Amino acid sequence: MRTNDSIIQTKQVNFFYGTFKALIDVTMDFEKNKVTALIGPSGCGKSTLLRLLNRMNDLIDGTRVEGEVIFEGTNIYDTGIDPVDIRRRIGMVFQKPNPFPKTIFDNITYGPKLNGVRSKDAQETLVQQSLEQASLWEEVKDILNRSAMTLSGGQQQRLCIARALAMRPDVLLMDEPTSALDPISTAKIEELIAELKRNYTIIIVTHNMQQAARVSDYTGFFYLGKLIEFNPTEKLFTKPDEKQTEEYITGRFG
Amino acid sequence: MRWRYIKQHAFFAIVRLAAFSIAAAIGAFLVYILVNGIGAISWEFLSEHPRESMTKGGIMPAILGTFYLTAGAIIIALPLGVASAIYLSEYAKQGPVIRIIRVGVNCLAGVPSIVFGLFGLGLFVVFLQFGSCILSGALTLGFLILPTIIGASEEALKSVPQTFREASLGLGVSKWQTILRIVLPNALPGILTGSILGVGRAAGETAPIMFTAAAFFTAKLPSSIFDEVMALPYHVYVLATAGTYIEETRPLQYGTVLVLVALVLGVDLIAIIIRSYIRKKKRW
Repeated sequence: MRTNDSIIQTKQVNFFYGTFKALIDVTMDFEKNKVTALIGPSGCGKSTLLRLLNRMNDLIDGTRVEGEVIFEGTNIYDTGIDPVDIRRRIGMVFQKPNPFPKTIFDNITYGPKLNGVRSKDAQETLVQQSLEQASLWEEVKDILNRSAMTLSGGQQQRLCIARALAMRPDVLLMDEPTSALDPISTAKIEELIAELKRNYTIIIVTHNMQQAARVSDYTGFFYLGKLIEFNPTEKLFTKPDEKQTEEYITGRFG
Repeated sequence: MRWRYIKQHAFFAIVRLAAFSIAAAIGAFLVYILVNGIGAISWEFLSEHPRESMTKGGIMPAILGTFYLTAGAIIIALPLGVASAIYLSEYAKQGPVIRIIRVGVNCLAGVPSIVFGLFGLGLFVVFLQFGSCILSGALTLGFLILPTIIGASEEALKSVPQTFREASLGLGVSKWQTILRIVLPNALPGILTGSILGVGRAAGETAPIMFTAAAFFTAKLPSSIFDEVMALPYHVYVLATAGTYIEETRPLQYGTVLVLVALVLGVDLIAIIIRSYIRKKKRW
């Protein structure tokens, strides 16, 4: 599948943890301002692929990448590319909310400050914008100086989204962002994802197939390190091309 | 069935006895020192210079000397130890070289303190020509407590959740900035309290400072780091072995030991209180 409006492409990517091949020949196109969901049973490689897109896998010793990941025309695995620059433009939200043990305000400004946003005014504007984008502003606008650790799990996760947005990334990677949250918080995050795709490209890993069906425009189904099927979400969940996909989404395995 | 029950009780009794006997030994030791030493303690004892060949007067220069030496040792060992710990646990690729360094650090912890004393004498006093002074003594003690500080720092760094590092790196913050702004601030309380607990060893050691810093008697207080000082453990050693009035100065010896133990336990207590306070405040 190839569209003109793609922002990230993987080309024949193989990924190894030591000698274990976790991804096999994955070629994919992620379209701009769309939500792409990655689904599949545990250990299928979907999270590995996600973390490969902003070089978070670099942090694990003994891993190796083959193939190319093209982001706006450059292979992010080329020598001379600083993974720090990549991660500024491709933000990430993790499975468990992981705010810093700082105030809500300082959580948001942590990244921007290190990137030269020094003036108090600019910081305040940024905090408000980011929190509004993450639909958290109304809940926390009066307690910005309170520790982020005092927020509920769902609020913490939206704070983490706001923190990622404060870096003004182009792409937001989400690794099972609602798996540690209750249904109401999950619903809020899903609404948020629908809002955010106007300005950002979102790639989300989820274990929850209903979630993939609800929030995404495209869905990729992974099994044993291979991309089995990659199609518009509606097609994948109603008339899948592959038998394995059908078996998985109808709950026959996984 | 009954037999097993008896065996179990016998086993519990043994382990309980072991634990209680340790507590009893420490208690007896403290009580003994307290009973024998308390008579010597007075404001004059704590605030005056020794008089009449150290058979009368106070131990203020020794308290001050021990403070200088210990503080100097921390000033030297803390940055070096924390830096090494950061390298070992955050930066270095785990492999044979790192394993050798770790073994080296552990060996350093097992080296007898008199060897540190001779090392300090050879390197700082003689070769670098600092002479016997606060600087030489502090450097020697610094090396002595280095393994403790590295150990405490590594432990504290490891206790910072991996998710904090990921969150920071995921925002496009460099590894160095992540360590500086996220890892280190969260590890600092652990580093400090762990190190302070190790400081007791430095304050109480006699052998490392015997050749490098400690003086039998000084008429004046030190005016720079290149002066010799008196120190509590060495003062006890001198009074108890080298003087001509060994029996007569027994109360002074016990008094000095009491001051030393009280100082070390006091510092430990402060560290423990700070640590428990921080643990309560910590919410991850």
